[in-house]
Amino acid sequence: MTEARTRRRKILNNFMLTMTGVCAFVTVATLFLILAYLVYNGGKSVNFDFFTKLPRAPGEMGGGMANAIVGSGVIIGLATVIGIPIGFFAGIYLSEWGGKTVPFLVRYTCDLLNGVPSIVIGIFAWTIIVRPMKGFSALAGGVALSIMLIPIAARSTEQFLQEVPRSLREGSLALGASKWRTIVSIVVPAARKGILTGMILGVARIAGETAPLLFTSLNNQFWATGLRQATASLPVMIYTHAVAPYEDWHRQAWAAGLVLLLLVLAANIAARMILSRGMSLPRG
Amino acid sequence: MATAPPVVLPKPSKAFSSRLRGGDEVAWAITLFFALVILAVTALLVYELFVWGLPSEQKFGLGFLTSRMWNPVEDEFGALPFIYGTVLTSFLALLISVPVGVGAAIYLAELASPRLSNALTFLVELLAAVPSVIFGLLAIFTLVPLMREYIGPGLKSVLGFLPIFTGPVYGVGYLTAGIILAIMTFPFIISVSRESLLAVPREQREAALALGATKWESTWQVVVPFARLGIMGSIFLGLARALGETMAVTMVIGNDPSIHASLFAPGYTIASVIANEFTEATGKIYPAALVELGLVLFLITIVINGLARLLIIVTAGKGTGRG
Repeated sequence: MTEARTRRRKILNNFMLTMTGVCAFVTVATLFLILAYLVYNGGKSVNFDFFTKLPRAPGEMGGGMANAIVGSGVIIGLATVIGIPIGFFAGIYLSEWGGKTVPFLVRYTCDLLNGVPSIVIGIFAWTIIVRPMKGFSALAGGVALSIMLIPIAARSTEQFLQEVPRSLREGSLALGASKWRTIVSIVVPAARKGILTGMILGVARIAGETAPLLFTSLNNQFWATGLRQATASLPVMIYTHAVAPYEDWHRQAWAAGLVLLLLVLAANIAARMILSRGMSLPRG
Repeated sequence: MATAPPVVLPKPSKAFSSRLRGGDEVAWAITLFFALVILAVTALLVYELFVWGLPSEQKFGLGFLTSRMWNPVEDEFGALPFIYGTVLTSFLALLISVPVGVGAAIYLAELASPRLSNALTFLVELLAAVPSVIFGLLAIFTLVPLMREYIGPGLKSVLGFLPIFTGPVYGVGYLTAGIILAIMTFPFIISVSRESLLAVPREQREAALALGATKWESTWQVVVPFARLGIMGSIFLGLARALGETMAVTMVIGNDPSIHASLFAPGYTIASVIANEFTEATGKIYPAALVELGLVLFLITIVINGLARLLIIVTAGKGTGRG
C-alpha cells in the first residue's frame, strides 16, 4: 500500500518535473521557430534592390524599401534626440535628489506611462501634433516614439546610478567637489555602461513599434522631403504589405521583417554584452 | 609665537562655496525640470484623451460601454463588442500562457543549473524584444492557415458540442488572436515568476524535502505558494500587455464589430479598431468615439498595471523580510 503510494508520488514527481522542462523548451523553441521562419522567408527576398529602390505599385514585381529604411532612421533619430535627454536628466533627478513626494510621483508616473498601450500614445501624438499642424509627419511619429522612450530611459538611468557605491560619492564630496561636479565627473561616468545599455534597449524597443506610427507618420510610397511630411517606416511597411493581397508584397514584407528583427535583436545582444563586461570605474 | 596673527578666514572661499551651492541648485533645477516634464506629458495625455473624446462622451454617456451598436454611417457607437473581444482574447492568452509560463519559470528557477537558467532566460527575454508586427506577420502566414486546416477542424470534431467551438473556421478570429497573445506574454510571466521563485528562502525547500516531500511536492506545495503574489503580479503584467497589444491582434482578429460565442469567429478588440479605423474616421462623433475607446483601454491597463506592481512590490518586501 505505502509502496504503491510512494511509487505514485515518484511517477507524479518525474512527470511534473519533465513537464516544466517541456514548458521551458516550448517557449525557447518559439523564439528559434520565429527566427528560422523569418530567415528562411526573408532570406529568399532580401536583395540589393530592397535597400536601394522605392516600393513599386501593387502587381509590379521588384522594388525595395529604401525610403522606409531611411524613414525609420529619421523617426527613431528624432525620438532619441527628444526622449533620451529628458529621460536621462529625469533619471539623474530621481536617483540623486531623493526627496519624498516629487520623486515618488515621477517614478509612479514613469511606470504608468510605460504601461500605456502604444496605440493610445499614437492617439495622443495625433491630438498634439498631427491636428494642430494639419498633417501627418515624421515629427509626429518621432514625438510619439519619444513618449514611449522617456520612461524607459528615466527608470534605467535611475537604476544604474543607484548602483554606484556611496563611497565614490562621499570620496568626491570629501575632496571638496560640489554635488553637481560629483555627479558629472564621478557618478555618471561610473554608471556609463549601464546607462548606455538601458538607452540601447529603449531605442531597440521603440524601433519595432508600429501602432504609434499608424496615424502620426502614416506611410509614404515615395521619399519624404521633410520632417513635416508623411514618412514611410519599416514596421508600418511590414504591416501594410503583410495584410495586402499581393504575392510580391508579401515577399517584401518578409524581407522587411527579417531586416527589422535582425536590427532589434543585434541591438539587444550588443546592449547585454556591454553590460556583461561589468561596470568599469572611471580611470585616473 | 604668542603674537601669531589671528586666523583670518579667506574671503574668496565663502564666495567660492556659495557659488558652488548655486551650481548645485542650477543642476537640481534642470533635472527637476525634466522630471516634471514627465508628469506634464502624462497629465496632458489624460487631458487630451478626455477632451477629444468629449463629443462621444456627451452623446452616449455611460451607455457607450454597454451598447453593441457600431454604425459609423448612423453615428451610433458602442464599445461592448470591442471590450468583449479585448477581454476574451486576453483571457484565452492567459489560459495558455499561465500554465506554460509558470511551468517554464519553475524549471528555470528550481531545476536548471544557474548557467543554463541564465542562458534560457536571456533567450526568453529576447522573445520579448521581437516587435509585435513581426508576430503578426508570422501569424498571418503560419498560424492562420494552421488554424483553418488543422487546429480548428480538430477542435470541432472533438469538442464540437460546445457552443464555443461551433461555426465556420476562417482561420482569423478570437482563438488565433489568443494564441499569438499567449506567445507574446510568455516572457513577462516567465521572467517575473522566475525571480519571485528565486527569492523564496532556501530553508523553505529544505524543510519540505527533510519532511520527505518529493522535489515536485516541495516545489508545488511550498515554493510556489510562497511566491504566489509575485506570480500573480507577473500574470497581471502579462495581462496588461495582452489587453493593450495592437498590431499582432489587428492582423489576425478578423475585424468584425459584433459579439460571437464561437472562438473561431472573427471579432475585434479596442486596440485593433482604433488602429484600423482612426485614419478614416470622419465627422465629429466617429473620431471622438475612437478616442473614447482609447481612454477606456488606457484606464483598464492602468488598473491592471497598478495591481501587478503592487503584487510584485509586496512579494519583494516579503522575500527579504523572512529570508
